[in-house]
Order: sequence, then C-alpha cells, then structure tokens
Amino acid sequence: MAKINLASYWAAACGGCDVAILDIHEKILDLAAAANIVFWPIAVDFKYEDVEAMVDGHIDVTLFHGAVRNSENEHLAKLLRRKSKVLVAFGSCAHMGGIPGLANLFNRRQIFQRVYHSSPSTANPEGIEPQTRTAVPEGELTIPEFYDTVRPLDDLVEVDYYVPGCPPTPNQIWNVVQAIVSGQLPPKGSVVGASDKTQCDECHLKKNEKKITGFKRIATAQPEQETCYLEQGFLCLGPVTRGGCDTRCQLSGVACRGCYGPPPGVVDQGAKAISAIASVIEAKDEAEIERIIAQIPDPLRSFNRFGIPGSLLVRKIL
Amino acid sequence: MTFEPKIVGILCNWCSYTGADLAGTARIKYAPNVRMMRVMCSGRVDPTFVMKAFAEGADGVLVAGCHPGDCHYIDGNYKTMRRMALLKKMLAEYGIEPGRFRLEWVSASEGDRWAKVVNQITEDVRKLGPAKFETKKSKRRIPVPAA
Repeated sequence: MAKINLASYWAAACGGCDVAILDIHEKILDLAAAANIVFWPIAVDFKYEDVEAMVDGHIDVTLFHGAVRNSENEHLAKLLRRKSKVLVAFGSCAHMGGIPGLANLFNRRQIFQRVYHSSPSTANPEGIEPQTRTAVPEGELTIPEFYDTVRPLDDLVEVDYYVPGCPPTPNQIWNVVQAIVSGQLPPKGSVVGASDKTQCDECHLKKNEKKITGFKRIATAQPEQETCYLEQGFLCLGPVTRGGCDTRCQLSGVACRGCYGPPPGVVDQGAKAISAIASVIEAKDEAEIERIIAQIPDPLRSFNRFGIPGSLLVRKIL
Repeated sequence: MTFEPKIVGILCNWCSYTGADLAGTARIKYAPNVRMMRVMCSGRVDPTFVMKAFAEGADGVLVAGCHPGDCHYIDGNYKTMRRMALLKKMLAEYGIEPGRFRLEWVSASEGDRWAKVVNQITEDVRKLGPAKFETKKSKRRIPVPAA
C-alpha cells in the first residue's frame, strides 16, 4: 500500500492535540510506516514556504488543530485547505472554537488593554503594544494581525471531518488514523472518532429521577462517587455532550465539561444545556427559581465552555 | 427611515395563541411588529429557538404561555419558567439587552393583555434600536452525524 502524505498543524491551540497524537505511544511507529509526515511544526522542521511550494492537493490528510485567532492562522487554514485532499478539524478549538473561543466575550481592544497594560504582572511604562509592522534599521518586521473574534475552522474553509475533544483521546485518534489509512471514511462532514450517543448513555454512574434543589461546585464540595453528579447538584454537561471519550472525566471523579461538543442533531450545546438542566430544577415559584439559578453564576461559560465561536450567537455583542 | 423592530413571538396553542386570536376577533389595535409562531406548549420552546431567532436577525423575542397552574399539559409552563430564567442570564452574557427578550403569561381570554404585552415589547425594542449581531455573515455548516 502506498504511503499517504499527512500534515498536522496548530493554529490558536495549546499544543495538547499534538501531544495527544504522540500519546498513541508506540503506535506512532505504525503511523510513520503508513504515512509520510510532510508538515508538522511541533515535531518536524518544515517551513511554511515548503507547504506553499507543494502542488495543490499534495497532502492527503491534514489534521488541523486550533481555532482561527489571527491572520497567520487564517493564511494557514486557507493554504492547507488548498494543499490537502482531506482537511480534518481536529480537537475542540478547530471544531467549535474551544478554550481560545472564550475570548469572544471581549474584543481586541479589551484584550490588549488587559494583557499589555492593566494585568498586575505587566510593567509597560511606555505603553507599547504589538504592531503588525515595525520599522527597524535592518528593514521591516511583521507579525500577524490579531482579530477581534475567534472562529472555528469551518467558518473560513470547507472542512471534511470533525474530530472532537479537548484533546481527542488517543484510542479515538488511532481509530481515526486507521480509517484514514485504510480509506474507509464516512460521508463528508461527519464527526469521526466519537460516538453518536451522549455522555450519559455511556456513563457508569447510577441514574435516578433528577430533582435539583441547589447547585454545588466541585471546588468546594466532594461528589459521592456512585451516583450521577448532576443529581447531586454538580453541573455536568453529560446530557448534551457527545460520547466517545470513555467518560474519562466522570471516571476521574469530576463532571463532564462538554469538550466533545453537541451530540448529533443538536445545534447549540449551551442552549440545549439550559433546556436539560433547567427542566430538572425542582421549583415552581419564581423567587425559588431565581435563588437556585443564582448558584450558576456564569451559565454561558459553564454551558458553552468549548464552543462560543461555534454557537449560534458566536460572540458577545460589545 | 424609522426603525421598525422585527420581533419573533413564540406562543402556546392553548392560551396565548388563542388570546392573540381573541385580540384579532375583538379588533383590538396593536403594534404589528410581532411575527407569531405557534407551538403546542410553551414547554416546547427550546432555548435554541430563541437564540436562532436572534442569530437570524430578530431584534426581540417574545415567548408566551398559559399562566402558571393553567398549563394544558399540567406543568409545561413551569419548565419554561425555569428555562427562560436561565436563558435570560446567558443572553445577558452574550451582550443582549434584557429588554429584547420577554416571557409573558397570556390566557385565552386576555386579548387585551396580549395587545398590551406586544405594544410594550415593541416600544422597549424600538428604544434599544436594531440588534447588532454579526452572525448572519458566518457561513457555518452544521456537522452531520456519522453514518
């Protein structure tokens, strides 16, 4: 069998997705046997010019991690789309915006103000901010332009497949790699490397009828390890999150935070979380309802932690 | 040109829609700004509907159902009460002014109340001006489930 050309790129990401690929351990050798790595900035020394020099469609599969936050991310997203036969949005950031997407509650001005002026650890008496172009004696230096809004990959280019997760679990990555190498890929636009059921369907915890009279935080209370965390009043996004990660968080004693994104048929994970969680609150009186939901101080960031740029409303209106 | 608010109204079949119907048959004059959508119960109103309305250009959204205790399906409107309270909080975090979204109870016999509620939200939204969403520009495709 001919080797495939594989690329992996990080845009606005933490690097965890790349590490997750390495976490397939010795199977990485099987990957190297099946694929030529043609571009992988974190592991292999290829430059952007090398990608630009490729003929269009030269790369068989690109695993694109990270959201699109600046002009460099956008350039590479468009470039890799052109050069790749199959483009995979890999991990929560490329899939729905991910953790960098939380910045959509602010704009560039506010972020720069915080980072370069007002944060307690910043000493910047001259008030210098990064400029896209700076003249120095040797010539002109350029850095990418920072955008107001973080966007998921499919806002800019056509995406063939989505692999959810923050990061995707190594065994799911291996399943995806095998599917790619063997050419047995599902219809375009599918979410691969995950199941079609919700977390709750796959969760080991005991579930009864849910009646919530108050919410607790994992930081200040200890959940009992046999019963559904949501029943105990801990916010868990299991009902509105796609399964396939082997419920790793729940097995580790914490509630699901929703990184695998919405299950099939759900448009907006945060909206669905409101629907699911509000309906099991045990209260029929407006004042009592207010008292209980006051214990969820930040519904947007709790219910849409990994998906604000991919949600229906995309960003905060400022 | 003066700004005419576009408001999406989601009404329950048994009380509010019938109440709006009564306002019509009683020939009550009220603002024409609410585009009405009938659902069987206000408990059917998924928060997604409200967000989608805003994302697709609504300046305001009005959800109306039976008065608490009067739900045709016993407690559908209590679910709505809880969901919309939580949704209101999330919409505020998205920067949507509280005046743009309302949950109201209107019974089948309250045609005049319906007219009042519509006039009220129309005026509130008119004062706030057009909603400043940019979501229309995004070309998002919703991922299809795996085969």
